[in-house]
Amino acid sequence: MSERPERPDPIYSQPYDPTLAEKLYNPQKPMENRVTDIGPPHYWQFLPPVIQRNYGKWKSHEILQPGVIKYKSQTGEVVYAVRCGTPRLESTDYVREICEIADKYCDGYVRWTTRNNVEFHVTDEEKLRALLEDLKGRKMPGGSYKYPVGGTGASVTNIVHTQGWIHCHTPATDASGVVKAIMDELFEYFQSHKLPAQVRLALACCLNMCGAVHCSDIAVVGIHRKPPLVEDERLEKVCEIPLVIASCPLGAIKPATVEVGGEKRKSVRVNVDRCMFCGNCYTMCPAMPISDGEGDGLALVVGGKVSNRITPPTFSKVVIPFIPNEPPRWPTTVKWIKKILEIYSQNARKYERVGDWIQRIGWERFFELTDIPFTWHLIDDYRLAYDTYRTSVHFKFTSHVETVTEFE
Amino acid sequence: MGEVKKHETPLMDDLKSGPWPSFVDDIYNYAEKKKKQACFDIMGQMELSYKNRETHWKHGGIVGVFGYGGGVIGRYSDQQEMFPSIWAFHTVRVNQPAAKWYHSSALRKLCDMWDHRGSGIVNFHGSTGDIILLGTVTEQLEYIFYDLGHQLKMDLGGSGSNLRTPECCMGMSRCEWSCIDTQDIIYELTMAFQDELHRPAFPYKFKIKVSGCPNDCVAAIARSDFSVIGTWRDKIKIDQDAVRAYVGGELKPNAGAHSDRDWGPFDIKKEVIDLCPTKCMFWDEGQKKLYINDAECNRCMHCINVMPEALWPGDDRGAVILMGAKAPILDGAQLSTVIIPFMKLEPPYDNLKNLLYKVWDYWMEHGKNRERLGETIQRIGLNRFIVDVLGLKPLPQHVKEPRSNPYIFWKEEEVEGGWTRDVAEFRKRHPA
Ligand code: HEM
Ligand code: HEM
Ligand code: SF4
Ligand code: SF4
Ligand code: SF4
Ligand code: SF4
Repeated sequence: MSERPERPDPIYSQPYDPTLAEKLYNPQKPMENRVTDIGPPHYWQFLPPVIQRNYGKWKSHEILQPGVIKYKSQTGEVVYAVRCGTPRLESTDYVREICEIADKYCDGYVRWTTRNNVEFHVTDEEKLRALLEDLKGRKMPGGSYKYPVGGTGASVTNIVHTQGWIHCHTPATDASGVVKAIMDELFEYFQSHKLPAQVRLALACCLNMCGAVHCSDIAVVGIHRKPPLVEDERLEKVCEIPLVIASCPLGAIKPATVEVGGEKRKSVRVNVDRCMFCGNCYTMCPAMPISDGEGDGLALVVGGKVSNRITPPTFSKVVIPFIPNEPPRWPTTVKWIKKILEIYSQNARKYERVGDWIQRIGWERFFELTDIPFTWHLIDDYRLAYDTYRTSVHFKFTSHVETVTEFE
Repeated sequence: MGEVKKHETPLMDDLKSGPWPSFVDDIYNYAEKKKKQACFDIMGQMELSYKNRETHWKHGGIVGVFGYGGGVIGRYSDQQEMFPSIWAFHTVRVNQPAAKWYHSSALRKLCDMWDHRGSGIVNFHGSTGDIILLGTVTEQLEYIFYDLGHQLKMDLGGSGSNLRTPECCMGMSRCEWSCIDTQDIIYELTMAFQDELHRPAFPYKFKIKVSGCPNDCVAAIARSDFSVIGTWRDKIKIDQDAVRAYVGGELKPNAGAHSDRDWGPFDIKKEVIDLCPTKCMFWDEGQKKLYINDAECNRCMHCINVMPEALWPGDDRGAVILMGAKAPILDGAQLSTVIIPFMKLEPPYDNLKNLLYKVWDYWMEHGKNRERLGETIQRIGLNRFIVDVLGLKPLPQHVKEPRSNPYIFWKEEEVEGGWTRDVAEFRKRHPA
């Protein structure tokens, strides 16, 4: 076992010195004073003492109310964890306020979850009440809660998401803004336990999917719908043509020699009929931009999960192939997500995840109940598509089926 | 600091209302207080993206710190005149402490550093797990690195074709189901593989994630090339009194996860026995006793999740090692597939490290450029990867079902007499 530092390193209680780095770093001698490969701080120093004492000795837990989990140890000690949503994209002042709360109630200790929630830990009920009261009162100037408590049990917890327009060069949609719009509308489900099981939402702003959206109960994926542009003047200079050609999973890119202002240039041509708009060429080559305000938008995928509980982990499936970007609040996207969530909530059995519920009732029934139009886009024609064909006569006669009598 | 230039952002401002924490309000608040032009400019550029429905970041840009091949992502605005203070807006990935526990003293100091050297905007956390510091200029990168190393005892995370920052669930720090010490494993691996993390030498990215039990809270099976999921191979531990308390309604099923809806009284038959995927459980109503045929249990965690005061994973604990998950680019998404059904994991985890070295050696030699491990495995065949590359025994646990086609690539040495035959001899038996 690695050595466990008991308390936070004393270096953290020394104030930040904004002039130190300039004294240590010498551009002429970059190896001077260089500290490398030290790795992350040891986790043990950041565990509250009660967690250190009971590490590996936990006995059971109970969710006292949405967002509040009580853990009991074999040693008899208890700890209460209070889970709060965060925007994930935030300022240092927002983090400082978390520090202030942690100092006031938790001796400075705090933790973040996989899904961008922040958790505060206290050991007695009185502190717990005071903490919850305090959190409720903290609001942004525009009225939103800073640290809403919830996200436990059969709820919609915080949305795992990506960068979007704040930082990335390939997005087909924004991330933080869409998440804000969705969570505003689903807020009551974050703060309650009224769903049949937990519902995990995720958002990725392009098919690279920085985040586990492909295994979520309901997820949003940004997609492009126009083939890449080809900038003949620049391409040869900024891209490795063989790499660009190899980057296309469908072999849609061919080398070409073109004339630009009377000069012969090496470039490429895209067979647009083969393009599936994945954007991989742009990742490899800046002279093939793919984003387009009209072409880009969102797809909704549902029914995936990660946990092994009852049924194995599964991929999410596309149910709405395209919704246009509608900033700032993406009303159509939000409307469909809420509808799917509520139809699920009304129809699923206790413990049934979205995907388990759909497996039981059948996809045809899912489309009927949700009124989502079933279009040709939803029938797979990529690799392994055959696995999704219906190769039995087991199906339900939903409203989709018209009896065929004449066939010309 | 002089006067700041603010931009009209009616679309962004719309995201200040509503109950969910508003990043717009927060960033503006901070910008006003600290008079940060970069924050006003980033909001201005986002407003433009909201109007045009297109990103305004240029493609990539390679920047970094001396001696490292990753950890910083270069970013430049394509609206340099309108938003001069974010003309460069690079991202720094900082390796998070395992399971993301912190002390305020460390966080505050990191915040002070980022106020001084960057935009003051952060992500807690990126989807791989790092602390993401969003927005600085090239000239600050070395100083940031020196501040991290000298004043914060922190280091950069991974980016590019290397080991990405490993990540784990909260494990033993708070969860009674963790069958392995997820945090210690992640710490040990991260420290052992600093070179792999900082200096890209792989065909593509490689992710390691560790979950303590099959609930897989860190989504290891969906997101990591190398997924470690805690499990046990003896009997589920049962406290029969507590089971009776659930049946009697004294304890809330699933730790109270369903408290805001009336699902009727707890019905152990309907909610546990019948939902057990292997049908290996039996509730004896007369004896008021729960029986589990543990040999048939596939450790899905359902019964344990429903009755956390009564059931626990057994004592013979270890992990399943799975490999190959990835997002859809390019051949479609993959989940990790079972490679080692049960591995004991004790410090210093040499068995795990050796396995990783073996996988990397092969992948670095035979993986194609930008080919994730899962794709390499598919290309050469799972059977060859398990048997020839790793030297493991093929097991029924490796597949959901055996193949349905008999198109088997027999090896010559498996066939009696080999493949060299004499056609003249053949024709003696079978005249043409
Ligand atoms: C002792 C019981 C449990 C504890 C302490 C626990 C703890 C956690 C925590 C702290 C997170 C991160 C939450 C967040 O970021 O909001 C999480 C996420 C998750 N949990 Fe659990 N959990 C428990 C039970 C379960 C159960 C019963 C399941 C499934 C049936 C489950 C499946 C998951 C999944 C799939 C995630 C999300 C992973 C991701 O996508 O990031 N957990 N869990
Ligand atoms: C230039 C644009 C990109 C930006 C700004 C970007 C940004 C990020 C960031 C900040 C993270 C979180 C990192 C962390 O926590 O350490 C991330 C994770 C990720 N990125 Fe990207 N990324 C980009 C391009 C790509 C590309 C080209 C791919 C795939 C081909 C990709 C796939 C992923 C995946 C799969 C994850 C993590 C998923 C997980 O661990 O759950 N990204 N990205
Ligand atoms: S999902 Fe795509 S667009 Fe979004 S941050 Fe990742 S690479 Fe960028
Ligand atoms: S977007 Fe994808 S499919 Fe289309 S040309 Fe580029 S790489 Fe090929
Ligand atoms: S994966 Fe298992 S051990 Fe880890 S936090 Fe989740 S429930 Fe607990
Ligand atoms: S863990 Fe799952 S398979 Fe095993 S007994 Fe419990 S419900 Fe059945």
